[in-house]
Amino acid sequence: MKDVLNLGGREFTSRFILGSGKFSLEMTKVVIENGGVEMATLALRRANTGGSENILDYIPQGITLLPNTSGARNAEEAVRIARLSRELGCGDFVKIEVINDSKYLLPDNYETIKATETLAKEGFIVMPYMYPDLIAARHLVNAGAAAVMPLGAPIGTNKGLLTKDFIKILVDEIDLPIIVDAGIGRPSQACEAMELGVAAVMANTAIATASDVGLMASAFKSAVESGRKAWLAGFGRVLEHEAEASSPLTGFLEG
Amino acid sequence: MNMKTVMEHLDFMEVIESDIMDKVLRQIRDYSGDFTASDVKDALNKNSLTIYDYAALLSPIAENLSEEIAQRSRAETRKHFGNSVSLYTPLYISNYCENQCVYCGFNCKNDIVRGKLSSDEIEKELRSISQTGLEELLLLTGESRKISSVEYIGEAVKLAVKYFTTVGIEIYPLNTDEYEYLRKCGADFVSIYQESYDIETYDKCHLSGAKRSYPYRFNSQERAVKGGMRGVSFGSLLGLGDFRKDAFATGLHAYYLQQKYPHAEISFSAPRIRAHIGNVNEYGLVSERQLLQVFMAYRIFMPFASIVISTRERPGFRDNVIGLAATKMSASVKVGVGGHSATQKGDEQFLISDSRSTTEIHEMLHDRGLQAVYTDYIRV
Repeated sequence: MKDVLNLGGREFTSRFILGSGKFSLEMTKVVIENGGVEMATLALRRANTGGSENILDYIPQGITLLPNTSGARNAEEAVRIARLSRELGCGDFVKIEVINDSKYLLPDNYETIKATETLAKEGFIVMPYMYPDLIAARHLVNAGAAAVMPLGAPIGTNKGLLTKDFIKILVDEIDLPIIVDAGIGRPSQACEAMELGVAAVMANTAIATASDVGLMASAFKSAVESGRKAWLAGFGRVLEHEAEASSPLTGFLEG
Repeated sequence: MNMKTVMEHLDFMEVIESDIMDKVLRQIRDYSGDFTASDVKDALNKNSLTIYDYAALLSPIAENLSEEIAQRSRAETRKHFGNSVSLYTPLYISNYCENQCVYCGFNCKNDIVRGKLSSDEIEKELRSISQTGLEELLLLTGESRKISSVEYIGEAVKLAVKYFTTVGIEIYPLNTDEYEYLRKCGADFVSIYQESYDIETYDKCHLSGAKRSYPYRFNSQERAVKGGMRGVSFGSLLGLGDFRKDAFATGLHAYYLQQKYPHAEISFSAPRIRAHIGNVNEYGLVSERQLLQVFMAYRIFMPFASIVISTRERPGFRDNVIGLAATKMSASVKVGVGGHSATQKGDEQFLISDSRSTTEIHEMLHDRGLQAVYTDYIRV
């Protein structure tokens, strides 16, 4: 059976989603090609409407755009940005980002849930960026999200899966694709996330700040694919704490 | 009527409840630059810096560790901003001023050509600037409530939002309701600089005019945020007083404000005293190495903040500081009143050292592997 990622009724074979905020625009194409990328985010606030350079000109045809609502500080602003994105012809996908903390850039789960509810009702394919909290994730499911995008670590920190245990809870409990969205700094961390059973991984800073951007994109592609294969293959039993006692502990039972 | 001491308020000045000024004043009272190289190295090894670490980065001994500090500063800049560099340009719409600030070209006692743009003239300037491709504008006035009233500035802001996605204002301090009004007109950001946080220095430099009120100026950013502005900018005019102490206070001011208003976007500017009409370098000078030290300390202490590099600095300095610590720069700059579409109507506030056009700045950034960002904000 073909292993595909289904998002909002659309199928993707690539499980590596590209963030686009921190690149040189002319790098976008090579990263998309080398990374085997099929979906890339687009910060609407960066999309020039008549200025000298437009990021849309750098994203090849056939790539699904995932416009984000970065810059929104509450649900209302996120909803307005999403509507604008649709008007501008950027499609029905939207990644909700509601951030009202300028220091850590942590998402506001509460406002995110509100925005998700409104936009899902309007027919958007809503992919909310969130802090990995199980209760909030359940609310997002009920609100009509198409996927849940928990952060691995604060945006841009490249610290990897600091929230690993909580992401695992989401993988186990939430019946939607879980996509790790921020904090992934190395291909090995992307691989680790995929091994946990997440549906896809998103990265930007890690690639944008590499010395060889194209090569790093292809490293991420391999890592995501390896992690996915490992997950599909099923792990052997791994003993987590201490060695098992050599003689059975329940041997005394008579019946 | 002149204020006897700089700690007074005039009648029209709103007094808000805030402990930020007291906190900053308490910290700088005990400030000393007495640190060791290992204090600086310890600071550089930490994930997030304490106030003490921040002071260490600004200390005299840290000047000898520029290279190590630069490594960390560059890494933080890349981590938080990637290759992006924001571009903007200032537009001076009036240079009338009621303040007597000894270091400033607009000093009300200075015999310079004064001017104020009419609505039509403002619109012409805006149109001309927008043709460069720039999307962010900073509107400036001298500090005269009488001649450039809040309503006058409001009208200018309304015109500016027709042409630009982001509009900042750098004007005299306002009350909360006035900031709220300008926010409604379309202003997004407020820049206001304390010049010096040292009360004695402040007193010596601000001889008369409303700017003499230290606390009213100090609390401007907080009133602006309360008035709904998205972000605020902080800065000292380095070289007026002890630049290390002023830079330390500037960082703390921003730090405490962000703590109290976590959504506020923080920005720094680090101007140093340069020659201008009426003053030719009579104050202590801050060297390029020291200026860079301040830039990098701001960056490492508050890695998420936007930092602007002024056209007061030469191109070779600006080009290297951008991406290393600074993340925002101006292009196609004129610091006289108007001058983008027609002949300028009033004299300059200071002399610029970098007159490159937007295209030239764009190309320079491209050659350095950086991406010019014209718009980073969507008005909804």
